[in-house]
This record gives sequence, C-alpha cells and structure tokens, in this order.
Amino acid sequence: MKKLASTARLAALTACSVLLFGCGGGSSSGTSDTLVFGRGSDSVGLDPALETDGESFKVCDNLYETLVTYAPGSTQVIPQLAHSWSVDEAGLEWTFHLRTDVSFHDGTPFNAEAMLFSLGRQFFPDHPFHKLAAGSYQYWKDMGMDDMIADMTAPNDSTFVIQLATPNAPFLSNLGMNFCAAVSPTAVRKHGADYFKHPVGTGPFRFVEWLKDERIILARNDTYWGTAPQIGRLVFRAIQDPLVRYLELRAGSLDGMDNLSPEFLDELRADDQIKLLTQPGMNIGYLAMNMEKPPFDDVRVRMAVNHAVNKQSLVDNFYGGLAEAAKNPIPPMMWSYNDDIEPYAYDPDRARQLLAEAGLANGFETELWAMPAARPYMPQPEKIAQAIQADLAQVGIDARIVSLEWATYLDKVFKGHHDMCLLGWTGDNGDPDNFLYVLLDKLAAIKPAQNVAFYKSDELHEILVAARRETDLTHRTQMYRQAQEIIHDDAPWVPLVHATQTMAFREGVEGFQLHPTGSKWFQTTRLTPR
Amino acid sequence: MHGFILRRLALLVPTLAGISVAVFLMIHLVPGDPAQAMLGERANAETLAALRYEMGLDQPLYRQFGRFVSDLLHGDLGRSFRTHEKVTTEVFRRFPATFELTMAAMAFAITGGLGLGLLAAVRRGSTIDYLSMGVATAGISMPVFWLALVLILLLAVQFPLFPISGRVSSHTFIESQTGISFIDALLAGDLQAFSDVVRHLTLPAITLGTIPLAVIARMTRSSLLEVLGEDYIRTAWAKGLPRRLVLLRHAVRNAFIPTLTVIALEFGYLLGGAIITETIYAWPGIGRWLFLAVLARDFRAVQGGVLLLAILFILINLLADVLYALLDPRIRYDRR
Repeated sequence: MKKLASTARLAALTACSVLLFGCGGGSSSGTSDTLVFGRGSDSVGLDPALETDGESFKVCDNLYETLVTYAPGSTQVIPQLAHSWSVDEAGLEWTFHLRTDVSFHDGTPFNAEAMLFSLGRQFFPDHPFHKLAAGSYQYWKDMGMDDMIADMTAPNDSTFVIQLATPNAPFLSNLGMNFCAAVSPTAVRKHGADYFKHPVGTGPFRFVEWLKDERIILARNDTYWGTAPQIGRLVFRAIQDPLVRYLELRAGSLDGMDNLSPEFLDELRADDQIKLLTQPGMNIGYLAMNMEKPPFDDVRVRMAVNHAVNKQSLVDNFYGGLAEAAKNPIPPMMWSYNDDIEPYAYDPDRARQLLAEAGLANGFETELWAMPAARPYMPQPEKIAQAIQADLAQVGIDARIVSLEWATYLDKVFKGHHDMCLLGWTGDNGDPDNFLYVLLDKLAAIKPAQNVAFYKSDELHEILVAARRETDLTHRTQMYRQAQEIIHDDAPWVPLVHATQTMAFREGVEGFQLHPTGSKWFQTTRLTPR
Repeated sequence: MHGFILRRLALLVPTLAGISVAVFLMIHLVPGDPAQAMLGERANAETLAALRYEMGLDQPLYRQFGRFVSDLLHGDLGRSFRTHEKVTTEVFRRFPATFELTMAAMAFAITGGLGLGLLAAVRRGSTIDYLSMGVATAGISMPVFWLALVLILLLAVQFPLFPISGRVSSHTFIESQTGISFIDALLAGDLQAFSDVVRHLTLPAITLGTIPLAVIARMTRSSLLEVLGEDYIRTAWAKGLPRRLVLLRHAVRNAFIPTLTVIALEFGYLLGGAIITETIYAWPGIGRWLFLAVLARDFRAVQGGVLLLAILFILINLLADVLYALLDPRIRYDRR
C-alpha cells in the first residue's frame, strides 16, 4: 500500500510538471523558411507511376519532373527535362533532346537511359520492374499508352525516342503528367516494391521523411538545375476535418491549405490575414441521359431536360458560388473551348413545350441516379439531385432518385442501368481529347462504358479520330470547336457545372500560382516573415 | 493459474478462426467491388479486368479464402490495395499512436472516474453526489465530435493553451524508437519535445476519455454503494476502525472488481481506434485507417487489421481475469 501511495505521488508530480511544461511551449509553424501546407488526407504513395490520387500527386509535383510540362496558367505544353523535340513526317517517331545538366536527388545522372527506365518499366512487359508487389501502373493503362506506343529507345545519353503505333496528338500532353516522370533507376532498383516510400526524382525539392497519416517533409534540392526554390522545407500535413484545417490556418500553424468548405468562405474572405486563391478547375459535373432508353432517344426530350434545370441555382446553393454553370463538356480555360455556343437557357415553359412536341405533354416518370459520395466536381451530389428533381417536377417530369454504394453505382451506370445519372470528370492532361473522346465518343459507349449517355454519333466520331491524328494546333482547335457544336445540338448531357479550385494562404506567403491541371508547384513560392 | 492462462491462450485459436471467417465473409459479401471503387470514374472493361486479376478477385470465394488462410499461416497478411503497404507494417506503424492516445485517455478516465464515483458513493444523496453523477451522465450523452470541437474552440482557439490538432508540432522532430512519442522524447532527453507531445495529447485524451470516465464513475458509485451496505462493513464500522481504513481497505478493494471489468472492456474498445477523435485531431491512429480500408473494400487490410485487434482485445480481457484473482482471494481459476 505504501508503495502504491508513493507511486501515486510520483504520478501526480509528473502530471504537475507536465502541466507546467505544457503551458510554456509556443505554437508556431516554425522557422521562416518552412512552409506548412494542410490538406484533407495523406498521400497513398510517392511513386508517380503507381499513384492515382490527387494527394499523392500534390507531393510528387514537387519531387519529380517530366520530359515536357505545362506553361504557367495554361495546359500548353512546354519543355522541361527535354529542351526540345521533333516529330517525323508521318507523325510517328518523336525524338526528345534531353538536358545534360540534370541529376537525381541521389546523385544518379539523368539521361536517356534513366528516361527509358522510367517509362520502360511501365511499357515493356518483360522489364524487371514491370510487375510490382505494391500495385500496377494504373495511369499508364488508363491513358491508353500501351496502344499508343510501339517502341521506345535511348540511342545516346541525350536522345530519347518514342515510336507511336498511330499518329496521336494528345500523346505529347500525356508526357507532362505525373506518371511519365523520371524516377531514379538506382533508387527503384534499391527499394523495389517499397520505392513508393523512398522517392527520388530530379525536382526542386527532395524527400526527407514521411510520417504516415501525419506529415510528409521535403527539403530544397540545393543542386537543382533550374531556379532553386526559396522555401527550405515544405511540409504537407494531413488534417481530415475541414473546420480543424481552417482553424489551424487561422492560428498560424498552417501557412496554406486547399479544399476549402464553402461554409467558411465568407469568414475567410473577411479575414485580412488570409488570402484566398481561386481558379476554374479542369472538370465537369454533368447529368447524362441514357439515349438507349426512351424517351431519352428523342432529342426534344433531352433538350427539354436541359431547359428545365436551373444551373445557376446549383452553383449558388451547393458550391458557395465557387463554380461556373457549364454549357460545354470541356471547361472554359481549356484551349478550343467554344464560347460561341448559346447555352440552353433555364426556361421551364420552353421545356414543357418541347415535351409536348415529343408527345409527352403530361410528362413522364423516370429515375435520376445520384452518386453517394462527394466528388471534386460535385461536393453534394445527393442534394444536387434533389434540386434537379424539383426542377424536373416543375415541367412534369417525375424523377425518382436512386443512390447506391459508390463502386456499385459506377458498375451499374457503366453498364447502362440508369435512365439519367449524375457523374463528372476531372481532366488529366489538359487536352480536349481527354474529355470529348473519353466521355462522348461512340467507341467509349461499349459497355462497361465511360460514355454513360450511350451517345453514338458517327459525325462526332470522325472528327474526334481526325483530331487525334492532327498535329497542327490550329486545325485541332477548329475540329474540337465543331465537335462541341455537334454535342450541343444532340444534347446527350445537361452539362451542369465546372467546380472552382480553391486554396488559402496566410498573409506573407507569396508567389504561389494555381494551375488549371490542379498541380501544386511550390517552386516559386516565397515566405516573408510575419 | 498457469493452467488457466494456457487454457485461455489455447482458446485464442478457435476464436480467431471464427473471427477470420466472419470478417472474410462480411467484407466479401457486402456490395461494392474493390477494383471498381479504386478505379472510380476511370474504370473501363480492360483496366477493371486487369486489376481484378491482380487482386485475385477473379478467383472463386473459397479459393480466395484458402489463399488468405495459407498466407496467414505463413505470417503474411498481404499488401493493402489502397496503400501498397504490407498490412502488418500498416498496423504496427499506426498502433503506437493509438496506444499512446488510449493510455492517456484511460489515465484520465480512471483517475477521474474513480474519483467521481468514490466521492458520489461516500457522500450519497449530497449535492456532490448529484453533481458528479450529473457530470457522468453528461459525459455519456455528449456526442464525441461535439465535445472535440468545443474543446478545440475553447482551449486551443479562444484560450490557446493547447495545439489544435496533430501529434507534434511541424518543427518538432523526435527520433522514433518505440513509436510512442512521449517515451521517445524522454529517451532522447528532449524536454521541449516532451512538452510538445503532451500538449498535443491532452485534448484528444480528454475527448476520448470522457465516455469511459463517465462509465467508470457510475460503475464505481453503484458497486461501492453495494459493498458499503454489506455486513462486514457494518462490522468494521462497529469495531471502530478509522474511516479511511474501512473505505480504502475493505470497501474500495472489493468494489473495484466490477469496475475493473468495465475498465478492461473500455480499454479494449479504445485500442480498436477511435475514428471520430482521430479524424478531428488529425491523429494518425488505427481507427481511421481501418475505416478508410472498409470504405475502399480493401479487404486484405480489413481482414488483417481486425484480426490483430481481436487478438489484442482477447489478451486484455485475459489480463483483466488474471487481475481479478490478484485482487480477490476468493477467485481461483485452478481446481486443485
């Protein structure tokens, strides 16, 4: 008993000292060259070819580089690890001339062999690192790279050649995406399946430490070939709760954060210690009408639905104003966006009239499928479905909302079980092909289909295929503008909204630029002392 | 006693076998294809088939189960689909954070709960009794997320005594030896880091410890009241023993046994991770990891994670049973 009592006293003493110490410590984000960035969840992994989630790419953006990249503020392709490139007459052989002053963070020189290794491990089935216990090269497959490419070679240290199977213009944009980044062959050989937690690239920041679900720490790459970043340390903290993330920013323990909830926007705008950055996102949230099912095989009905939905009210009520009503399948900042198209105005009378012309003066019963989970292009799909349901009821369309678990939802929608469904897309490479061909071409309507309107237009197909083969940007632009007209007239979708991307920084963080692709490059960011 | 412990450990085998089958069936029979969930909007026939093949989902269920069991017997829980990582690595990496939080929460719950319960029982019917039982009732009924946010807004934002979230500050670096931050900080002799860790631990521990505190307080009060009504206590009073001795030696020790059961159970539950507390305080524990694994139908992670947690739960209950025997000489597990 005595022993117990003395233990208790010791415990009490420890507790008191803890309290004393506890109240003494300060809370700040640390030294002036450390930038702490808060986001909603941790990265899955840091092997750019393995990952498919935005939180992984956010970190990879700063560790790795690609042959080509996108110009600031646009999706136009510019040189990065390749200082120039050329393509032969047939549009099949692409020759990239590489920089010779670049090395990986581990000292391995960057050259054509390293590039061949980085892309070759994804392409050649017999490559020693083609099959990994950690996962598969999903993005490579998703972007159709296997069908696109016939071969790749490294004739000398500074020349890298890719042979295409057929001429393909969007291919160059794909090379700017994370999965095509150069990875250190030395590091991949050393770590094998565990490379995803020991990333080594050529980028402006190098990897220091990863505390899972807590934070990832990067440091400035002092031997960087380009302009070295001004930030010494870049810390990515995972804070799931949006309110807590916002409070941390206000308290100054975060220097920046993304994915702001609309509910804090007004307060945030009023706070002069915080700067809000916004940019139209490269995405589309849409309502697709299943054209294989009547009455949606009738274009008048599809137009009626377009006239019945009040898009602006969706933007105001569910996006906190941080979105733009859509009229085309591709977002406005993408090249070839056709701004001449006159959108179907919100006009219930016109909708009723069109329905009457289609012989449905008394309306009809149908189903509206809604995603169960928030997506970047649609934060509250079930509420949005309810709003659309009410809009449709106004014109006599009685839509029952169907919601299923996410994977089941996709499975059934891709197989065409729905009448109408909500879905969306976030662009990958900034090329219109990545929206129009993937989502609306007739070949994309083969089940399980990503063209969930099951819209099959031969006219559109011809243009989209020709645009893929065309390498002249002016011609391609013309083709995609025409494609948007055809889609508008056939109205397979109600294009709903383009969600805006948001980011907030505390006062004193300068030089960060949002990019249409959603990439988060911290290279040019500066910190001024508070 | 040894025989009892061995028998109980042997019982682990059939229990775990049952749990494995149940978890395997549950995660495979709920709707939702993990390959589809992983690919999202980007899924097409080709990528889906390739991923299902890679994950072994194209095999019949009995064969998948057979593989799971055979891997398990080789001590391999497989790799998580969602995070590329080995399930054992995932669990062992997150467990220290959960363990640390659980210990702190239980320390708070046991001290507070026993104290309140004792006070209430000894001063039965007094204002103190009503007050402490009021606190206990409030503790049980308060939604955890609400309590967490109120604590943050009050003690981290309004009066910035504690940090808002996280396990350590962004500028604090502690070399990991045990994975339990405050022990690592002490081992490194870094008092600044130690204080940082404790400050970060305080609010989540209070949040997580409040419900167990309330349960322990009520249990302590009721069992102590029962014991205080026993004949031998009356005898002790009649003998003129000092109040302190009657209460501490005769009453509390006997009243403690049901409370111990409650403590062991609460401890076991908390070790399973606390999704809400971990989410709000950005605490890198096992609860949220397991929750995300379930959502993604990452069944290797779910199977492995649940299995390891079940072993822990059973071991803690075994420990509680052993403690009974130490506390109460009447309890004997061995038939001699």
